[in-house]
Amino acid sequence: MDLPVLWFWIVAFLFVGYFVLDGFDFGVGMSLPLLGRDETDRRVLINTIGPVWDLNETWVIVAGASLFAAFPEWYATLFSGFYLPLLLILLALIARGVSFEYRHQRPEAAWKRRFDGMITVGSAVPALLWGVAFANIVQGVPLDAGHNYTGSVVDLLNPYALLGGVTTLLLFLTHGAVFVSLKTEGELRQRARLLATRAGAVTVVVAATFLLWTGLAFGTAWFWVFALVAAVALVGGWLANARAAERTAFTLLTITVASVVLALFSALFPEVMPASNDSANSLTIANASSSTYTLTVMSWTALIFLPLVLVYQGWTYWVFRKRVSRASIDAAAH
Amino acid sequence: MNELLDPLLLSRWQFGLTTIYHFLFVPLTIGLASTAAVFQTAWYRTGKAEYLRITRFFGSIFLINFAMGVVTGIVQEFQFGMNWSEYSRFVGDVFGAPLALEGLLAFFFEATFIGLWIFGWDKLPRGLHLATIWATAIGSIMSAYFIIAANAFMQNPVGYELNTEKGRAELVDIWALLTNPVAVAAFPHTIAASFMVAAGLIISAAAWHLARNQHLDTMRTALKFGLWTMVVAGALTTLFGDQLSLAMVETQPMKMAAAEATYDTVCGADASFSLFTLGTPDGSTELFSIRVPYLLSFLSTHTFDGCVEGINDLQAQYTELYGPGDYAPIIWVTYWAFRWMIGLGMLHVFIAVVGLWLTRRGRMPRHPLVWKAAIWSFPLSLAAMIVGWVFTEMGRQPWIVFSLMPTESAVSPNVSGLEVLISLVAFTLIYGVLAVVEVRLVIRAIRSGPPEVGEPDPETGRVEPATTVY
Ligand code: HDD
Ligand code: HEM
Ligand code: HEM
Repeated sequence: MDLPVLWFWIVAFLFVGYFVLDGFDFGVGMSLPLLGRDETDRRVLINTIGPVWDLNETWVIVAGASLFAAFPEWYATLFSGFYLPLLLILLALIARGVSFEYRHQRPEAAWKRRFDGMITVGSAVPALLWGVAFANIVQGVPLDAGHNYTGSVVDLLNPYALLGGVTTLLLFLTHGAVFVSLKTEGELRQRARLLATRAGAVTVVVAATFLLWTGLAFGTAWFWVFALVAAVALVGGWLANARAAERTAFTLLTITVASVVLALFSALFPEVMPASNDSANSLTIANASSSTYTLTVMSWTALIFLPLVLVYQGWTYWVFRKRVSRASIDAAAH
Repeated sequence: MNELLDPLLLSRWQFGLTTIYHFLFVPLTIGLASTAAVFQTAWYRTGKAEYLRITRFFGSIFLINFAMGVVTGIVQEFQFGMNWSEYSRFVGDVFGAPLALEGLLAFFFEATFIGLWIFGWDKLPRGLHLATIWATAIGSIMSAYFIIAANAFMQNPVGYELNTEKGRAELVDIWALLTNPVAVAAFPHTIAASFMVAAGLIISAAAWHLARNQHLDTMRTALKFGLWTMVVAGALTTLFGDQLSLAMVETQPMKMAAAEATYDTVCGADASFSLFTLGTPDGSTELFSIRVPYLLSFLSTHTFDGCVEGINDLQAQYTELYGPGDYAPIIWVTYWAFRWMIGLGMLHVFIAVVGLWLTRRGRMPRHPLVWKAAIWSFPLSLAAMIVGWVFTEMGRQPWIVFSLMPTESAVSPNVSGLEVLISLVAFTLIYGVLAVVEVRLVIRAIRSGPPEVGEPDPETGRVEPATTVY
């Protein structure tokens, strides 16, 4: 495999990491008003992701920086082209990120309510817009000969892309609800399972439609493989959740999210940003990538450090493996 | 109207504002993570409640601050592509690598271990938990190295070759990039300055309580620590700043000329450093000035008979090299930013030395003025830091990458002025609101004083920390 192709898949891997990890914590954020009946519930919910949301979010930083280093043309075209949607994502991530830390700083209910709202909206907006963005990449956008996006922001809001956005939103919500049922106890755990069942049913329909549409319009052999895995895992996860097999459900939904991302990257391959107006203007793995030297340096670093990162992040999840109970929240002095 | 909606101008404003904002939080993260690590180590060794309380006190301020550093940092990374796409295309092959290294080596590390530190008090063995705060501190310092190496490429491009066919700079030597002489000097200068800022906060917070005669047990220790850190870090900042001046004269002589507003090449005694000048706004005519002879020569070359090239001579040279154009930055900005950086910094070291004298052998000054002055430590040291960067970045103009790419050709061609205006307004609003919230929370955390940590265990004599939950 040549280096640019390797890096295409490393970037895909980093986005898999991002959507799997930040995906379910977006889901927990969105579920806050749906599952949290009182202050203790909401604190339980937030504490299920408290120790890990920052490391989850860091995946997008590393994915973005790797895109910049390995495919400067892709990074430049994508980020300048999708200017306003990315602005919204940034604002949402800002609002969400500070809320985790600021919410518990003051006792007033109104103060907490404001930050709860920011967590919910700040989770839903990126969950939706990342889907819109990736669907647009797969579908292709108008580019000029200098690889600059020539459309407007309204062009990005086409039906296919919006369906992509709704798919990621629902998928993350379901994944998040399953995560909550895995990490909590008692009534909250039951309610989370019910939410996962309901949201999951809608997700199955929407995701199937989106994957079929993608496959029929842009499908490649590998796309169908991953799409099939995603579909089977999603239905399996839904069934496992209905039977209260929480661990299995969570694992299967993780596979679903990963496979959806890999399916989209497969549909893209070997282009990275197809031009919808004239294929001569398309960005491909070959014409968007960095020099061999840069990719070699990056490969060595990734080879050495990515496994290390996976180890210490895995360890973190293990340290915080216990369920969060209402009692543990009430017991902590605050 | 069209002039107002110039994407270049607006993008520059946006980048400047958001970066300055990001950097209001970063030095505290760097300095306070290490402070918390030091006091937690002291507690680990002695088991004394006092050290644990100091750790948790500055730890809580650190965390309020850290959240802002993270969320504003993401904006920084996205902006290269969003607003400066031509720049990203041109330098991505070189400049992307340190950013990716930063993410992979430093940010992952920091973000993971800080979670373990916050929530791991009762879940990890004491020694391991101590290691997590050290890991966080080291991660923050490593991230500073990579970002400064990236920035140093913009000041002094090294380790690259131009690929004319692709129209971009390509990396040929990563080692040269990471050991750029500008990075090697700027990194310790910035880290030392970060410790001055953190020391400023510690001094301010301690002074606030000591002036009210409360929390004497913990705040006296904190004050001493802050004062010593300020003096040592101040000395180091000056030392490395001096090295940085030499590197700068070597690589960007125009910046030093602009820092001193010298229009004509001067040598020896004439190469004087003005402490204060009144003149016409563009700096070309001087009305009044206080000058130290030889000092500029010394700063730039470490000799007393060195010459410092003037703006006019450099302008002529550059016109010959790079074609017609204006190669000088905005003189009054560089001139005053340079002075304020050094002046405010020196002022702090002075305050800290006086503070050490006044508190020698357990003495406590009674005069309220002393405490008032001490409370200003933090905002003023932060200001020194910021103007230092404003000097560095504005002094680089009109280049985005010195001698390779002018700023005006770096901006995204397809992003409209309106779009940039929307984002600029949005960032200004959300950053403005968050600034108010953040400042209030930090003040609140300072006022509420070091938290109680419970009674010592009767058998071991140690206090055990409580669980943390959000
Ligand atoms: C508390 C903050 C602080 C203090 C007291 C000083 N500096 Fe500084 N200085 C910075 C904080 C700073 C900074 C904000 O951290 C900068 C911006 C870029 C950098 O690397 O550090 C900087 C940049 C900077 C540069 C520009 C480098 C370039 O553009 O390439 C020079 C020449 C100096 N400093 C020199 C000095 C000298 C000679 C000082 C004292 C005698 C001094 N600084 C005190
Ligand atoms: C934290 C300290 C920093 C501060 C306060 C700062 C400040 C500024 C300011 C005020 C500008 C606007 C200059 C002008 O247009 O006249 C600017 C521009 C810029 N800076 Fe920085 N900067 C910092 C660090 C960095 C670093 C570390 C990088 C790169 C890794 C960087 C990259 C840029 C770029 C790309 C621009 C836009 C283009 C330009 O105007 O030259 N900055 N910065
Ligand atoms: C314009 C260039 C810059 C970019 C692109 C940038 C990028 C980022 C990003 C993405 C984060 C969030 C990391 C996380 O999630 O943990 C961050 C935080 C941080 N940045 Fe920057 N940054 C810039 C300027 C600087 C400078 C000049 C320094 C240091 C001298 C610095 C030091 C740090 C540190 C220590 C953190 C982590 C601590 C904190 O969040 O406060 N950054 N930065």
